[in-house]
Amino acid sequence: MSHTLSRRDFNKLLLSGVAASAFGILGSSNTAFASSKRVVVVGGGFGGAAAAKYLRKLDPSISVTLIEPKAIFYTCPFSNWVLGGLKTMEDIAQTYSALKNKYKVNVIADSAVAIDAVRGTVKLKGGQVIGFDRLIVSPGIDFKWDTIPGYSESVASAKMPHAYQAGPQTVLLHNQLLAMKNGGRVFICPPANPFRCPPGPYERASLIAGYLKAKKPLSKIIILDPKEKFSKQGLFKKGWERLYPGMIEWRSGSTGGKLVKVDAATMSLTTEFGVENADVINIIPPQKAGKIAFDAGLTDATGWCPINPISFESTIHPGVHVIGDASIAGAMPKSGFAASSQGKVAAAAIVRLFQGKVPAAPSLVNTCYSLIGPGYGISVAGVYKLTVEGIVEIPEAGGLTPINADDDQLREEANFARGWYSNIVQDTWG
Amino acid sequence: MVVKLRVWLTVCAFSSVALVSGNAALAAKDSGGSKPAKSAQGKQVESNPRGQVLALSCTSCHGTDGKSVGIIPSFNTRSSAYIEAALKGFKSGERYSTVMGRHAKGYSDDELRLIANYFGKTSNNK
Repeated sequence: MSHTLSRRDFNKLLLSGVAASAFGILGSSNTAFASSKRVVVVGGGFGGAAAAKYLRKLDPSISVTLIEPKAIFYTCPFSNWVLGGLKTMEDIAQTYSALKNKYKVNVIADSAVAIDAVRGTVKLKGGQVIGFDRLIVSPGIDFKWDTIPGYSESVASAKMPHAYQAGPQTVLLHNQLLAMKNGGRVFICPPANPFRCPPGPYERASLIAGYLKAKKPLSKIIILDPKEKFSKQGLFKKGWERLYPGMIEWRSGSTGGKLVKVDAATMSLTTEFGVENADVINIIPPQKAGKIAFDAGLTDATGWCPINPISFESTIHPGVHVIGDASIAGAMPKSGFAASSQGKVAAAAIVRLFQGKVPAAPSLVNTCYSLIGPGYGISVAGVYKLTVEGIVEIPEAGGLTPINADDDQLREEANFARGWYSNIVQDTWG
Repeated sequence: MVVKLRVWLTVCAFSSVALVSGNAALAAKDSGGSKPAKSAQGKQVESNPRGQVLALSCTSCHGTDGKSVGIIPSFNTRSSAYIEAALKGFKSGERYSTVMGRHAKGYSDDELRLIANYFGKTSNNK
């Protein structure tokens, strides 16, 4: 077909919804000029909550049901601030009352256990079956528990927290830090790429160092990293030297950073270079898309979900959109900001698709602020566009806080980090 | 075969993206001063869909509709002209910023105008 269709004809064809549908942009054609506009959103994190809110805001004639088992959602962004004693769990708690009351989203406190993409139904743990015309799946991450010998879900919940889904795990790690002796050794073990929030483990080391420097100054933090480099590396290392000299040691994969096994009974870790005894061990395991994405057949061999980046519609199941950490979004990192951005883009696309129109080409953005100290903030930003290669970063845009930024700018970025949090949670849940 | 077809369809969908993008931007430009559609909340969807989808990114830091609740500046009461001038100033570096310059450089001047038009309309051009 591509041999007989000139570029100009193709361009013309795209102007008609029929052609767009044929080329997979509109997905299932039964939703063009839909009379029934029911959207179910599975998962109430940054992606799902933003999608639910914006669907209702952009087109109040769409009925939206949000499936989320937790009444309170603790955000991963700023959970490192809790570990450093700068915020409380209450500060990072979000609820669904504004979505329910202000935006009239039907919020159901249950979990999705099965998705029938062909019939258009979601089955809930409680037994209820809900029909949809379009579905948004925003399941976040799940952990690959079997990748580190000696580590398991039960070890994580009792002795070696991951604290990479905020909530009880954050509290456990925080309590371990509070109980640790002065002179203790804290190990943070990030995974290889790709994983949720690439700068997260390093902001975590920074803010834990802030607490230890003030309260337990003889202590040390050792980062065992399978990677050879990490997000905002130059900025973090400079900040560590300035604020916490000698306190944080980062070991790369080739210098003993790779974990061979862990032992919860003796609280020890074995690397390729030897055995380390620890007082607190924070293992951040390798990750994959949340379970429901696997159960619904939305994942590919990578363990993540392939999507059409113009609408975040699954390339496997038409009519089902996957957003957030679980999606394969090209150059975009897996972050709360990215998920929220994708949720809004998917919402805008669905509004257009229900009208039988082609979605407008989005631009996607990400900004990750990290705090090294209370008045010392850094950021990485990215603007992304769609090309034939998928979602790519625009090279002229984005980038890092300058490495030679002065103290005023670093303080300003720390303040903007707080401002960003206030606004993104308001834009997503408020 | 099925896999091959899927790959082919995916390629089609991807290659159409750039074209759709061009068309959508053009359509939005042509209908620059068009009248809002029936649904009150959906008016920008009708008149400036590309501006809308670009603008949705901004609210993650600046708050829904550009109404900030924290230290980051609001622009919900600003005119389209003000917002467009500010964005272009960030892009060129004439206007100081920590992160806005890094964002503004990701957009063409036309795209910045579409964003400014979208927010300027929500603010009633005060």
